[in-house]
Amino acid sequence: MRSSITIVGASLSGIRAAETLRAEGFKGKIKLFGEEERTPYDRPPLSKNFLDGEMPFERLSLISEEKILELEIELALGSKATNLDVESQTLEIEGIKESYDGLIIATGARARKLPNSDKIQGVHTLRSIDDSIRIREAFKSGKSKVVIVGAGFIGCEVASTASNLGLEVTVLETQHVPLCHVLGEKVGTIISDLHTTNGVELNCGVKVQEIQGGDHVEGVLLTDGTLIEADLVIVGIGAVPNTEWLENSGLTIDDGVCCDETCLAAPNIVAAGDVARWYHVGYGKSIRLEHWDNAAEQGKYSAQRLLHDEANNPPYAPVPWFWSDQFDRKIQLAGISSPEDEFEVVVDSPQEGRFTGIYGNEGKLRAVIGINRPRHVMQFKSLIEKGSSWKEALEFASGIE
Amino acid sequence: MRVVVDFDLCESNAICMQIAPDIFEVRDDDFLYVLEETPSEDRRSSLEESVQRCPKQAISIEE
Ligand SMILES: Cc1cc2nc3c(=O)[nH]c(=O)nc-3n(C[C@H](O)[C@H](O)[C@H](O)COP(=O)(O)OP(=O)(O)OC[C@H]3O[C@@H](n4cnc5c(N)ncnc54)[C@H](O)[C@@H]3O)c2cc1C
Ligand code: SF4
Repeated sequence: MRSSITIVGASLSGIRAAETLRAEGFKGKIKLFGEEERTPYDRPPLSKNFLDGEMPFERLSLISEEKILELEIELALGSKATNLDVESQTLEIEGIKESYDGLIIATGARARKLPNSDKIQGVHTLRSIDDSIRIREAFKSGKSKVVIVGAGFIGCEVASTASNLGLEVTVLETQHVPLCHVLGEKVGTIISDLHTTNGVELNCGVKVQEIQGGDHVEGVLLTDGTLIEADLVIVGIGAVPNTEWLENSGLTIDDGVCCDETCLAAPNIVAAGDVARWYHVGYGKSIRLEHWDNAAEQGKYSAQRLLHDEANNPPYAPVPWFWSDQFDRKIQLAGISSPEDEFEVVVDSPQEGRFTGIYGNEGKLRAVIGINRPRHVMQFKSLIEKGSSWKEALEFASGIE
Repeated sequence: MRVVVDFDLCESNAICMQIAPDIFEVRDDDFLYVLEETPSEDRRSSLEESVQRCPKQAISIEE
């Protein structure tokens, strides 16, 4: 029986892991280390209604102080893990050695930056609450020309928030249609139309050469020589898993901490959330997700996995699900879609502002997207979980009024 | 036990409906309806899962 379990990363995945350890009856010590000084908070609102100032700070909290005390979680904030030695089961936290019996790695990811842009004022990325507050203040300070680099989900959400606040927004994107590498061209076009009809200037098929400016940003130079003027630049070009501290650990690191189908990275070590890459038996390959629901569920699963170290642990093989809010649309995707998939709108139509569409290949239903259609997304998600065929999915769709 | 939903927080993403369709339903009007306000004890684990997976922390259980 283990006497102490250590969790590194005090955000969604780490907190859920800690809560699960207690819910499963673990009586030993739980130590939770987090690099950020802030008490654990939720990230999705940071690009949505926290960014526009509507949601108060308290509502972001992931766990109350009373709960931390009640569950006897030893939470150490402002504590960064800098090294792990798997052999001797020791961690280094802020230079101090810490031994553990079981370890949960939940260090998440950080926003990818553009090179040489750190020193220029007015250039931001968005991952933490402080990033969100800084961007919000810049929005309010009359800096009206906002340029967003990258039309991924976060870029699109920030574009929508900024545009709703009345700012002039330009989005720069390398692909010819936003999000088309995940959602395919049809859906990518629907999302791009949503932005342009709301006044966002969408500039696709362009590449950023560099950000220009002395002390303060002046513009974004494209590789074709065009200079896009900017008072404020938000870079949303993806996230990088936080694995540097594990470089000498002996664990396999390859765009995330590599784990088996049960989220085990090595004996007594599991990983969860945005940092974890694990073998998904349903897809027959290793994947890493950056979704809220996965971070929560994998945190829970990994804690259970650590406690019940048995030969026949059920694999962690969920159908992924996430949402994104842009303008008045709630976009939800369940499953894994690919641009090569067959795609069909099965309920309503994009022109109506709400629809449900399904993705399939090799005769199977693979994913469902809904725009303001949460009910159907969940219904099709259940079909994906059952392994339904494309034909079954179409039959189900024809029964929806 | 009693299911309480804070409808100011709920954004009708229907994840709770997928977990416990006998308790929650998001209808075509996009609003969430609680079908069973006082579910029986054997529904506790599903209900707890709905509480945990609601991205808005909109659901709570009152004993
Ligand atoms: C702006 C924004 C909007 C989002 N919107 C959505 C959305 O609409 N829908 C959706 O499904 N998902 C969304 N997400 C994604 C979701 O928030 C993430 O999937 C989730 O936060 C991942 O949780 P995590 O605990 O794995 O990692 P993180 O939240 O990244 O937390 C990791 C924690 O570990 C800490 N840490 C890192 N390295 C160390 C170290 N060496 N030692 C100690 N601590 C360390 C970090 O400081 C951080 O606090 C959004 C994310 C962002 C940033
Ligand atoms: S999961 Fe939460 S936010 Fe979503 S419909 Fe249910 S109560 Fe509402």
